[in-house]
Amino acid sequence: MTFRPLAVVSALVLALAATPAAAKTFRYAFQGDLNALDPYTLNESFTLGALGNVMEGLTKRDKDLKIIPGLAERWEIIDPLKWRFYLRKGVKFHGGEDFTADDVIFSLERMFSPGSQIKTRAPADMKAVKVDDYTVDFVLTSPNPILHAEWDTWYMFSKKWAEANGATQAQAAQATSLNPFALKANGTGPFIIVSHEPGVKTVFKPNPNWWGKPEHNLDEVVFQTIKSDATRVAALLSGDIDMMDPVPVQDIERVKGNPNVTVLTGPELRTIFLNMDSMRDELTYSNVKGKNPFKDARVRKAVYQAIDMEAIHAKVMRGMSTNSALLISPLLYARAGEFKRWPYDAAAAKKLLAEAGYPNGFEVTLDCPNDRYVNDEGICQAVAQMLSRIDVKVKLNAMPKAKFFQKAGPTDKYDSSFNLLGWTPGSFDSWNVIANIIGCRDAAGKGGTFNFGGYCNQKIEDLARKILVETDVTKRDDMIAEAFRINHEEVGVLPLHQQALAWGVSKKVEIVQRADNQILFYWAKMQ
Amino acid sequence: MLAFAIRRLFEAAIVMLTVALLAFVLFRFVGDPINQMVGQDTSLEDRLRLREELGLNDPVAVQFARFVTSAVRFDFGISYQMKQPVTAIISERAPATIELALVAALFAVSLGIPMGVYTGIHRDSWLSKLFLTVSLIGVSLPTFLIGIFLIYVFAVKLGVLPSFGRGEVVRLGFWQTGLLTVSGLKALILPAITLGLFQMTLVTRLVRAEMLEVLRTDYIKFARARGLTQRAINFGHALKNTLVPVITVIGLQLGAVIAFAIITETVFQWPGMGLMFIQAVQNADIPVMAAYLLLVAFLFVLINFLVDLLYVRVDPRIRIFGRGL
Repeated sequence: MTFRPLAVVSALVLALAATPAAAKTFRYAFQGDLNALDPYTLNESFTLGALGNVMEGLTKRDKDLKIIPGLAERWEIIDPLKWRFYLRKGVKFHGGEDFTADDVIFSLERMFSPGSQIKTRAPADMKAVKVDDYTVDFVLTSPNPILHAEWDTWYMFSKKWAEANGATQAQAAQATSLNPFALKANGTGPFIIVSHEPGVKTVFKPNPNWWGKPEHNLDEVVFQTIKSDATRVAALLSGDIDMMDPVPVQDIERVKGNPNVTVLTGPELRTIFLNMDSMRDELTYSNVKGKNPFKDARVRKAVYQAIDMEAIHAKVMRGMSTNSALLISPLLYARAGEFKRWPYDAAAAKKLLAEAGYPNGFEVTLDCPNDRYVNDEGICQAVAQMLSRIDVKVKLNAMPKAKFFQKAGPTDKYDSSFNLLGWTPGSFDSWNVIANIIGCRDAAGKGGTFNFGGYCNQKIEDLARKILVETDVTKRDDMIAEAFRINHEEVGVLPLHQQALAWGVSKKVEIVQRADNQILFYWAKMQ
Repeated sequence: MLAFAIRRLFEAAIVMLTVALLAFVLFRFVGDPINQMVGQDTSLEDRLRLREELGLNDPVAVQFARFVTSAVRFDFGISYQMKQPVTAIISERAPATIELALVAALFAVSLGIPMGVYTGIHRDSWLSKLFLTVSLIGVSLPTFLIGIFLIYVFAVKLGVLPSFGRGEVVRLGFWQTGLLTVSGLKALILPAITLGLFQMTLVTRLVRAEMLEVLRTDYIKFARARGLTQRAINFGHALKNTLVPVITVIGLQLGAVIAFAIITETVFQWPGMGLMFIQAVQNADIPVMAAYLLLVAFLFVLINFLVDLLYVRVDPRIRIFGRGL
């Protein structure tokens, strides 16, 4: 038999040409579950991100979190109390329904329904008025410069579909009857959910009729939960998945050492801080009786200056954090650069304590979650150790998040003298932080519900009220700076750092990491 | 016999009620489910209303009574996290756990019994010593370490087996099985070994001890004297007589394997009931926790009941004693 190389080569070429390009399946894993598919029932960034591939709001946010048009092509502020949104024409839901003004009005009603967890996306007294099929007016009772700040995750529902499927109300937690949206989704977005097993696996495929121009090249997306850190790392290293979040900080170097994968890191929006109970007349968990040392700003500043944030950054966070002087990420507040942390200075701290009348320090218990933030318990241990240098003896009380939020939060009437908390403003705006974290509250939690230390300064309250309705950006930023400056001077709430994002990504995949930690695969490309 | 069964059933009901009550007392300490259900922007009023609507403000006795009255109708409520009826979630998750437990038990028995027989007969051979050393590892290493080690070797280094999950599943009526697909079978190997290693050790050591005991007895000596083959003596006579306690232990252990597959399921992200329970604990998802604990109690009660019935069948002395009461 004679060997004919040309024939072999051409046969090979033919064979290759005949095989269609391998289907591109993007498989990713997260530590938490994707449970109910009704995006109005859980206001949580992972869930909203996953559903953001399937459903869309009137606005969207781009790769740098800037607000861009979504299902609304454009909008204008006709007067401070009336915003007009012009809807995109020719948009269809996955079920084939047309997207019109009626769907917007329906979605607003649904957002305000009793079981909804996203009621704060708009002021409760806002009205939607249909001008024509593709124009909607939103009528307000007081000016609101950040009205549409969170509308990228207020996803539009099809009125027709919801009515046909009995999903006109957001699923209430206590209901005995089930809303079909718990397991189904119908949006306008670039991907369609093919199958969903809560807590196990969700499969997406591209929407061929999407109105936009796809930036991805995927044929299928599979999401799976992998709870155990070690298993998630192993799954990525073995190539069973293409991307996962988060990479535990202690494994980052090991993952980077693998030639097939890389770790994508970036700043996250969440700020971690310490609350000191400055509300009660006597600390509940301390040896100081009859008075409350944390009511004295000098004591709070002493605690601040005794904490060596560089050491926490290097040792506890292994470089995966950005120390912060503010309670908001510098990505979200243009003038953040004006603020500098009080320097770490144990001697100065000791002096402040002596001035305040505690030359020998005191004892206090620090409540800390141990499964909520990156190395939360480690941070608390470091803080406890550092404070012992100025003779403040800290007893660490670390607990799971479910327990922590019960004890330190409103459920148990803020039963804590000293605790660690983290916060991302849902609106990406400083007002949210000022109102929730340093706004005054009463003993039950009315007011700044997440002000776990109960710090209160009337000047900040007054500023917050004005910031809410001020439409002039410069004036508004001035007032925000003023409020943050008061907190900085008095150390009402003690900022620590912004933790960092760490995604493990296969080198086959290109994906955009947005600082809000939403995993949006409509920007993913695979080789 | 009937009186015995009825009395046992009555006791079982008391056990289940006690478990439910203990569980409810414990739920007071798992934390607040509300913060896990709502977003951070949810107002205080809405949070308080939700607590009220879920009945979390009622006294424990009232909550317990409500739970028991609906539980007898097999209504365990809706999961706070998954927004699905708990019974639906459990019936969705149970097949994964049961398949894993059965395969793990099969692995334990099919390796454990031959190893036990071998080490019983050849007490001093080097292979026996090897078996016993390996089985020592099975009891002394924690499950999660074995699991991570297996994942590291077979998934990361060799790349032959999947590192997590259950592979492709096939739905047969209400039962989702991973036993009919290649990826499902491959996914089963590592978790089954991890879960079964401890049981295998137990079976090996139990069979070995029983074999040593039986081989010393007179009837084995007689069998030898009669000139029966080694094979017939070891397997036909000796092994058969060691199996009664072995079967009992395996039966009871099967319950334990199903109930306590939690760690293996977490390490391998195996979508079974153990993983579901861990997730429920972290989120203080009370309806899921209550139903799971009750199910486990039921499983143990059921297995114990069956074992008791078997004993009555096997051992006439118990039957006579039972009638005497």
